[in-house]
Amino acid sequence: MRSFIAEVLGAGPVVTDGAWGTQLQARGLGGDFPDAWNLSKPELVGEVARSYVEAGSRVVLTNTFGANRLRLHGCGLADRVVEINRTGVRISRQAAEGRAFVFASLGPSGRMLLSGDTSPEELRAAFDEQAGALADGGADAIVVETMTDLTEALLAVEAACATGLPVVACMVFDSGKQKDRTMMGTTPEQAAAALVAAGADVIGANCGSGIANYLPVCSRLHAATDRPIWIKANAGLPVIVDGKVVYQISPETFASYVPGLLNAGASFIGGCCGTDPEFVRAMKRHVQPGS
Amino acid sequence: MQDLQALHNAILTGDATAAKNIAERALAAGADPLKLVNDYMIPAMDEVGRRFECSEYFVPELLISARAMKAALDLIRPMLVARGEETAGRVVIGTVKGDLHDIGKNLVASMLEGGGFEVIDLGVNVSPEQFVTAVRERGAQIVAMSALLTTTMPSMKNTVEALKHAGLRDKVKIIVGGAPITDKYAKEIGADGYSDNAPSAVALARKQLARA
Repeated sequence: MRSFIAEVLGAGPVVTDGAWGTQLQARGLGGDFPDAWNLSKPELVGEVARSYVEAGSRVVLTNTFGANRLRLHGCGLADRVVEINRTGVRISRQAAEGRAFVFASLGPSGRMLLSGDTSPEELRAAFDEQAGALADGGADAIVVETMTDLTEALLAVEAACATGLPVVACMVFDSGKQKDRTMMGTTPEQAAAALVAAGADVIGANCGSGIANYLPVCSRLHAATDRPIWIKANAGLPVIVDGKVVYQISPETFASYVPGLLNAGASFIGGCCGTDPEFVRAMKRHVQPGS
Repeated sequence: MQDLQALHNAILTGDATAAKNIAERALAAGADPLKLVNDYMIPAMDEVGRRFECSEYFVPELLISARAMKAALDLIRPMLVARGEETAGRVVIGTVKGDLHDIGKNLVASMLEGGGFEVIDLGVNVSPEQFVTAVRERGAQIVAMSALLTTTMPSMKNTVEALKHAGLRDKVKIIVGGAPITDKYAKEIGADGYSDNAPSAVALARKQLARA
């Protein structure tokens, strides 16, 4: 599977996509569950994917971040897991039109193992079901992302690996004095060792508390493994201006960190919450020529 | 009282079995239950909060310490109630309408319980009306609201308004938290306080009631 990743990275580092949630929000998501739009508003979901492909993303994700049984149960859609995931892959695939790879998003369950809200067995079954549907839908790879608990991340990576697809595994590092730990206190080194041992082909960091904090995290992940590194930082924390949610970092400022991330060993670079196609265009200007 | 330092340590290290056993033995030997709580257990949780603040402790340590605290408190609370001692306060907590995220809210609820508060957890996707009803029927002194999504933050404001309309605003202190929430936002919507992590939410709740 690493040969596929090697092929994707053949001409150098790759720019992925930006945020989905905030882009769906801009299209009127309101209080709807984002993943449910794969069935009810596929054209608007496709618009987000296409906007990234047109901005030059060589890897686009899918609108399937929360499409696991445990989360879908909360909005009465537990029996639509397979359909939502397969459709999510199809929407991104159609938008890509052969110009971008489709890496399917698989996010956390929303439950906490440590407090007894769920069990490893329940999590593994939920991730198996989702990963299986993403693979059947025709994804090129699975991205296990926004994980805060290493134990849960490992269950997701194992489920994703069982499909036979290449697997990207990334966690959120936003805690501790240096903002270099996960919420549970895991360091980049600990995460790298465990995720690679579980079978991840690419490891990384996403979301978090802003792109500047991910420079040292990227270096440390890179030093801890020979796997390619995936970084998708968010556009900092939002502020409310006149009742509207605003992310204050500009695409240019965000992209100015890209050379540093490349130096720190990143191979896949994109954005998380608050980033949009303009951020992808700005990042592309710093990543040549394979981007 | 060397034994009782062990109670402090059991909570600090999250050993629920030890915390419960030591508290049980101390009570059987005639220790004052209020003294156990105020001199050994709450200071242990304060130390947990301090260690969290300086990144020695993370969420797992918070949770197991809160669990040890609760194991000992469950033994002691009935005695305090029988003596007519009040709890630290009664809190109604929930994740606001439209938002299904409960991890942060659950952490705060655990820490508040560990801090000696009585916690009424309304769950996730809690409407302003549900908050109002709970405050009215349960006589809570504090309303604690959580939101993870930028899109559900306005539900906090709606809840503050609903409490005003119901004539309950001056009967409760309102505290808020969650990833996109800031101190500034808390002030804008007319909440009484904001905390960016679970241990300091306990300190905030205490401060609010001390002021009231």
